[in-house]
Amino acid sequence: MIYLDLFLGFLKVGCFAFGGAYAAIPLIRDVVLSYGWVTDDTLTYMIAVSEMTPGPIMVNLATYVGRSQAGFLGAFVATFAVVFPAFLIMLLCMFVFNSLMKNRCFNSVINTLKPCVVGLILAVGIFMTTEAFFDLRGNGAFDPKALLITVLLAAAAFLPSVFGRKKISPIALIVLSAFLGVLIYAP
Amino acid sequence: MRILFDLILTFMKIGLFTFGGGYAMLSVIEDNCVEKKRWITHDDMMNLTVIAESTPGPIVINCATFIGYRQAGILGAIAATIGIVLPSFVVILIISGFLDNFLEIEIVKNAFRGIKCAVGILIISAAVTMIKKMKKKPFPITVLVCSALAMLAIDLFSLGFSAITIIIFAALLGLAVFAVKNMKERRA
Repeated sequence: MIYLDLFLGFLKVGCFAFGGAYAAIPLIRDVVLSYGWVTDDTLTYMIAVSEMTPGPIMVNLATYVGRSQAGFLGAFVATFAVVFPAFLIMLLCMFVFNSLMKNRCFNSVINTLKPCVVGLILAVGIFMTTEAFFDLRGNGAFDPKALLITVLLAAAAFLPSVFGRKKISPIALIVLSAFLGVLIYAP
Repeated sequence: MRILFDLILTFMKIGLFTFGGGYAMLSVIEDNCVEKKRWITHDDMMNLTVIAESTPGPIVINCATFIGYRQAGILGAIAATIGIVLPSFVVILIISGFLDNFLEIEIVKNAFRGIKCAVGILIISAAVTMIKKMKKKPFPITVLVCSALAMLAIDLFSLGFSAITIIIFAALLGLAVFAVKNMKERRA
């Protein structure tokens, strides 16, 4: 049943997504692609839309995927499932927070999880950036226009901090990328 | 009752007017709940950020639950969480109904081809920010590189593992490190 699948799938995301939305993207891709709800391409669009719209990215994505599979109720079930573990765990944490932070075993686990999560985020970022212009898993199709856009965006994203300037905001980068897409793909 | 209403409204505002996900929202939460409403102290906010980052789920949900609970117990936690989720939920419902036909239009299709290039870069940029804040010691760097390589291998070769496997493995590694340290201290 689709509602149960959505609930279990996004419950899994909510339970295992450490370190915010970007860290959750590998998990969400895993879950969504393994259930075959949407294709990798559609999911990339959904991630982009979730980043462009206000609110927590994970909640936006859950609502979006849920809505695409089973309408309003699907959106509700997926959103509830992705939010519920964080809500419950946080409540439990409030009771034991002080003693937990002093616990050395807990600290050791957390200190290992942090770099691990950063590694996962980095890997997904590299993979998704490359796949935007080079089909890694399919027939190896190469899109020079996408490569051009990627290089321009990377320059806009990383050069300012190299020269000690203020970083371009994620929203500004997305607006810029849409503009470049229209400009460069125009016939 | 008034505090519940206040919690819902404040968190709806935070949810509606912040773009860019959890990390961007933290500063807005601090501005509203620490500076303006004085619901929690700055120290609370620091602790909260640490727990939010080390517990699963959307960071903002953790924050809303924590602040709501501090103000009005379980009901407060529920009110704040509903407040932060509601704007996202409504906006996405509207957009998703709209976007299905929308993607057929040539100019929109091209815009999204451009946006597709930006998503990966934004994720790399988030990772770079986190790496800058990290302690540059051999152990965390090794964990980082191994996790990244494992995840890349999973993605490239469509292996039967998932990111969850790597996370569980890292947690076990943390436990092992703790056990070894403990044993060394006992011998010393």
